[in-house]
Amino acid sequence: MTIRKTLALLLYILFLLVPIYWLLNMSFKSNTEILGGLTLWPQEFTLANYQVIFTDPSWYEGYLNSLYYVCLNTLISLLVALPAAYAFSRYRFLGDKHLFFWLLTNRMAPPAVFLLPFFQLYSSIGLFDTHIAVALAHCLFNVPLAVWILEGFMSGVPKEIDETAYIDGYSFPKFFVKIFIPLIGSGIGVTAFFCFMFSWVELLLARTLTSVDAKPIVAVMTRTVSASGIDWGVLAAAGVLTILPGMLVIWFVRNHVAKGFALGRV
Amino acid sequence: MNKVINNKAWWLVLPVFLLVAFSAILPMMTVVNYSVQDIFDASTRTFVGVEWYQQVLQNERLHDSLLRQFIFSACVLLIEIPLGIAIALCMPTKGRWASACLIVMAIPLLIPWNVIGTIWQIFGRADIGLLGWTLSELGISYNYAANTMDAWVTVLVMDVWHWTSLVALLCYSGLRAIPDVYYQAARIDRASAWAVFRHIQLPKMKSVLLIAVMLRFMDSFMIYTEPFVLTGGGPGNATTFLSQTLTKMAVGQFDLGPAAAFSLVYFLIILLVSWAFYTAMTHNDQQR
Repeated sequence: MTIRKTLALLLYILFLLVPIYWLLNMSFKSNTEILGGLTLWPQEFTLANYQVIFTDPSWYEGYLNSLYYVCLNTLISLLVALPAAYAFSRYRFLGDKHLFFWLLTNRMAPPAVFLLPFFQLYSSIGLFDTHIAVALAHCLFNVPLAVWILEGFMSGVPKEIDETAYIDGYSFPKFFVKIFIPLIGSGIGVTAFFCFMFSWVELLLARTLTSVDAKPIVAVMTRTVSASGIDWGVLAAAGVLTILPGMLVIWFVRNHVAKGFALGRV
Repeated sequence: MNKVINNKAWWLVLPVFLLVAFSAILPMMTVVNYSVQDIFDASTRTFVGVEWYQQVLQNERLHDSLLRQFIFSACVLLIEIPLGIAIALCMPTKGRWASACLIVMAIPLLIPWNVIGTIWQIFGRADIGLLGWTLSELGISYNYAANTMDAWVTVLVMDVWHWTSLVALLCYSGLRAIPDVYYQAARIDRASAWAVFRHIQLPKMKSVLLIAVMLRFMDSFMIYTEPFVLTGGGPGNATTFLSQTLTKMAVGQFDLGPAAAFSLVYFLIILLVSWAFYTAMTHNDQQR
């Protein structure tokens, strides 16, 4: 039974890794080799594709722009979601359930047609093509998620801790920062991971709200399609590089990530 | 946990409310505005009432893509949910190996969506991709760019590859939350593996499963980037899903009114289905 389970798991992991291996494989090949025929590993190992990305500012600035707005978004989401999650986990108030569902509905708006209104909104307040615009727009789907995950972690903290702290004379802000936040450290880590993830993979809003100064890497990648065909090697290398930041983040929260949802409110 | 009724808690929720309302309500109202007007350019527009709604509800092309969208979402849920549960059950419970599994499984979730499309676009090509090449070497004719069936299978396999891990991660966290006492009781009763699954694990996973179903439904119903990069909606219109049809209408043909009207209908469909799931969940909570 255990052997069969392990085998099934290994098969699944193989299924996950093979397409990624293929991308990695291609990123180390020259274009002639890629189009010349099928080779299971690079015959002439080359780093030229990566060199293109690391030497051309329009490429590596794409990564920096993406990282910048993703971090900004994670920070904003956490800052506003922490007090809200505390309110949801500790108190009942007028319209709390409706508010929570309303937050969730924001994940359901089909982005395709909301692009133009978003563009108009952010242009009219002069934020078009800035990092903050993308960060704010991504809050639409990240903040509800952050509230939801954090609320789960906070409900796991016994209420007596709050009460004891108030009796000891802590004011609410002081208690929140000094006692409560350290207690849910792992929850904050997990939330940060999910915010990072969803903001990093989002393409449509990020592309619509930027043109030059804040152009994200996912939009830069479309440049590899030129008149002479697709530059497969550089495209593959750029793809590989988009995977790395996320892997770094999950490495930090690997032991807590499974906890994140089990404690959730629903 | 008993919660204290305290309406001052609104002050804590206010930042979230303002931030989300800014990005949600204003664009939503703009879309509503579009949907009742005929827009020629920035200054010329006339009020047309419900005309666009009547028009889109009779639009054949939208019906077709709506149908395709429902079939796609149904397939996605039917494949990914059981597979995700199965994988979560196969995962080791603790140790290095478990965290290694978690990291590997999270990889597809962390790849930008257009890169996912690109990966599978390359992977499926018969000349330079491993999958396409292997299949044609085996004598199976496979061409996702020309054959409708192949295109569908590729889009589905891509989605399974991309999102099953999310279901598995959710189920895994649900399984870890089951106290050991339950398993001990099952051992004393000499329950079979199936009985343990049916009467302990499945009921305990119910809440995370409903979240997984809801998230997967919403995301698969709004899928845009991946099939757009992979097949461009083709061959013909075979893999043109709803978002793509709408984007074509709004951006390609600049039919803002009908596109806005239909996107509201679209939003309502998602809202309705998700509300059904959500009510099922909270109803469940009250019973406990």
